[in-house]
Amino acid sequence: MDLRFSEADQAFREEVRAFIAAELDPAVRRKLAEHRSLAKHEIVAWQRKLNTRRWATPSWPAEHGGPGWSAVQRYLFLDELHQAPAPEPLSFNVNMIGPVLIAFGTPEQQRRFLPRIANLDDWWAQGFSEPGAGSDLAALKTRAIRDGEHYVVTGQKMWQGMAQHADWMFTLVRTDASAKPQAGISMLLIDMRSPGVSVRPIVTLDGRHEVNEVFLDEVRVPADLRVGDENRGWDITKFLLGHERTGIARIGMTRRLIARAKALAADVPAGSGTLADDARFRERAAEIEIELQALQITQLRLLDAMRHGAHGPDARASILKVKGTELRQAASELLLQAAGTRAWRCADEFDEAAHADTTIAATYFTLRAASIYGGSNEVQKNILAKTMLGL
Amino acid sequence: MDFSLDDDQRMLQETVQRLVERDYRFEQRRAYAAEAEGFSRALWARLAEIGLLGLAYDEADGGLGGSAVDVMLVMQALGRALPLEPLLPTAVLGAAALRGATPAQRARRVPSIAAGECVLAWAHDEAPQRGGLGAVACRAQREADGWVLDGHKPAVLHGDSADAFLLSARVDGGGLALFLVDAHTSGLGWQGWTTYDGRRAADLTLRSLYVNADGLIGRAGEAAPLIEAVQHAGIAALAAEAVGAMEGALQMTVEHLKTRVQFGAPLARQQALQHRAAEMLMAIEQSRSMAMYAALMLAERDAAERAKAMSAVKVQIGRAARFVAQQAVQLHGGIGVTEECAVGHVLKRVTVMEAEFGGVDEHLAAVARAGGFVRAAT
Repeated sequence: MDLRFSEADQAFREEVRAFIAAELDPAVRRKLAEHRSLAKHEIVAWQRKLNTRRWATPSWPAEHGGPGWSAVQRYLFLDELHQAPAPEPLSFNVNMIGPVLIAFGTPEQQRRFLPRIANLDDWWAQGFSEPGAGSDLAALKTRAIRDGEHYVVTGQKMWQGMAQHADWMFTLVRTDASAKPQAGISMLLIDMRSPGVSVRPIVTLDGRHEVNEVFLDEVRVPADLRVGDENRGWDITKFLLGHERTGIARIGMTRRLIARAKALAADVPAGSGTLADDARFRERAAEIEIELQALQITQLRLLDAMRHGAHGPDARASILKVKGTELRQAASELLLQAAGTRAWRCADEFDEAAHADTTIAATYFTLRAASIYGGSNEVQKNILAKTMLGL
Repeated sequence: MDFSLDDDQRMLQETVQRLVERDYRFEQRRAYAAEAEGFSRALWARLAEIGLLGLAYDEADGGLGGSAVDVMLVMQALGRALPLEPLLPTAVLGAAALRGATPAQRARRVPSIAAGECVLAWAHDEAPQRGGLGAVACRAQREADGWVLDGHKPAVLHGDSADAFLLSARVDGGGLALFLVDAHTSGLGWQGWTTYDGRRAADLTLRSLYVNADGLIGRAGEAAPLIEAVQHAGIAALAAEAVGAMEGALQMTVEHLKTRVQFGAPLARQQALQHRAAEMLMAIEQSRSMAMYAALMLAERDAAERAKAMSAVKVQIGRAARFVAQQAVQLHGGIGVTEECAVGHVLKRVTVMEAEFGGVDEHLAAVARAGGFVRAAT
C-alpha cells in the first residue's frame, strides 16, 4: 500500500504542469483564480491548444483521437487543471456527446462530428432536463413524431448550461408515448440554427447567465441524426451515468477557495491582529481541510480500483459527489464569511475592472447549485442506499 | 499509488476475520468481559499463537516484522468484535516504544511479549485531556545506578492486568523519560476499576518506586519524540479499530432496517432512514481512507507533518465514529439503548476511543495551529 505516484506518473504530472504554465493565457488563469466568468473565445482557444496534443479528449480511445492515457493519468491531468487553475475541456463535448457517439453513433456520425467536438468547432449543449423532469429524467415530455425522413420535435428543455453559445444540442425526446417512461425515449442531435429553436436565458442567484431554457417548436430533425436505435435512448443516459466520474470531487477547486479565504483573512482586521490569527476561523478552515484530505484518499482508492480492472459504474463515486460538493460549499461559505461586508458589492460577471471581491458572493451562490445538478445529493444517497447497502 | 494488499496481508486479514466470526461473537464477548481481568486469557493466548502480539515487533528481536499496514488490517478486522484484550498497549504501543530501547533490552522483552506472557499498559497521560506533552508531573530522580519515580498515573487502560508498564516521568532539568517497569516492583501501587465500555483500568501511584538503569528506554530527558511516536502508532491503530467497529454497527443497522416491520412495511422502505444509512456509509468510507492515511504517514520523517496528519486522523475518525455509532443506536430504536443490543456497545467503545490520545477539539486546534493542509493564496 502506497500513496505516492510512480515516477512515470510524476513525470507526466510535471509535463502537464509545464504545458499549462507555457500555454495558458495568464489573464484566463487570473480570472479563474478570482472565480470570474470566462468568455466563449477564451474557453475555445484553450481547448484548441489542448487538442493540438490530443489532450482535449482525455477519456476517448486512441482510435478516435484520445491520448491513450491510463485512469491515473486522466486523474493527474484533471488535478493539474484544477490546481493551476485552467479551464477543463468543455464537458458537454468531451465527456458527454463525444463518448456517446463513440459508443452509440454511426460511422457517419462519428466522422462528421467527433473531430469538431474535440476541437470545439461545434459547441454542444445537453438537452435532457425539462421543467417537469429534473432528477426524474424519465418523466420528460418533449415529443418527436416521425414524418418521413424527419422527426418533428416539440417541447421545452431547461437548465441548458451555456446553450447561448451552442451550435448543437444532444436531446432526449419521447418517441413512444404509449410505452413505459424509460422505454419510449430516443436521442436526437438538433442543430441550434434550425427553425423553431429558441433559447431564453435563466439568470441564477449568482447574477450570472449560464443556464437557459430551450424551446422547440415543431423543429424538423433529419432521422439520420438519431443516435442509437429508436426508443433506446435510456441506454445512453445509463451509459453516461456510468461514465468515469474521477474529477467529480473537484478537490483542487475546494483547495483554491480555502487558499483564497486564508489570504483574505490575513487582510481582515480582527481583535488585535487579523482574522487569519483567529482560532475559530483557523479551526473552521482546518475542519474542511481534514475532510478534504480524507476525500482525496477516497478518490485515489476509487481510481486504484479502476486501475485494477473494476468495471462498470462504481457507486462509491456518489460519495465523491456528495462530499465533494458539501466541502466546496463549506469552503465558499468560509470565504464569504471571512469577507463580511467586503462581499456585498455586486458587479456584472464580465466586468474585468470590477474588484475581485465582487465574485465572492457570486461564487457562494453559484455553488448552491452544486449539490443539485449532476444528480442531486439526495439522489446520490438513494443510489448509495440501494446499491451499496441493499436498502 | 497503490491500495492493493499482497497475499500475506490478505491471509492475515482472513485469519483475524475468521477468529472474530468463530470466537468473538457478541455473546462470547459478554462471557470474556465477565472474567476477572475483563478479558479472556484463553483468547489472549490465541492472539499470541497466531502471531498478532509480536506482529509489530522487529524480527531480529523475536517479533514478526509486520508493517503499519499489517497492524491496520488486524485492528480493523478485530475492531468489529470490540476486543477487550490489551492488544493495543502490548502489541502496538510497546513495539513503538521499544524502538527507542537498546537491542539488549529488546532481546530480553520482546519474546515474552510476543508469547503473550507479558501484558503491557501505557501509563503516560495524567490529565483528563491530553494537553500535549507538558502535562506530565510524575518525577524521576537519578539515584546511584537507577531512578526513583514519584507521582500518579490515573486511568491507565488494562492497568490492573499489566505485567509491565510503559511509564513516563519528568527528570530534573524538565525533559521526559520513558521507563519500562515491572508491575510487581515495590513502590508501585494501583487501584483497578471497570470502564463503561466493559474493560479494566487502574489508577497508579508511584511512591519512591525504584527502577534500575536497565528500566530506562532511550535517553533520560529526551523521550518526548519517542512518546509522540508511540501516541502516533496508537492513533493509527485506533483509527483502524474504529473503522472495524463502525463497519459492524452499519451492518447490524442495515439488517435491522431490512427486518424490522413498522406501519406495515420494513423500515428499509423509509427514505429518511435510507439516507441516514447512506450518511453512515460515507462517514465510514472517509474513515477507511483516514485509517490508511494514518498507517502510511507513520513512516513520515518530518515530525511536524506526521503530527499534523495524526491530529487530522483523530479529528475525522473521532467525529465519524461518534456519528455512526449514535445513528446506529438511533436507527435501532428502543432496542438500541438496551444492554443486550450490540450497537450500544459500539457506541460505548468508540466513546472511550475518542478520549484516547487526545480528543477531537484538542486535535482540531492542533491542525489549525499547524496551518492546516492548504496555504493562503499568494
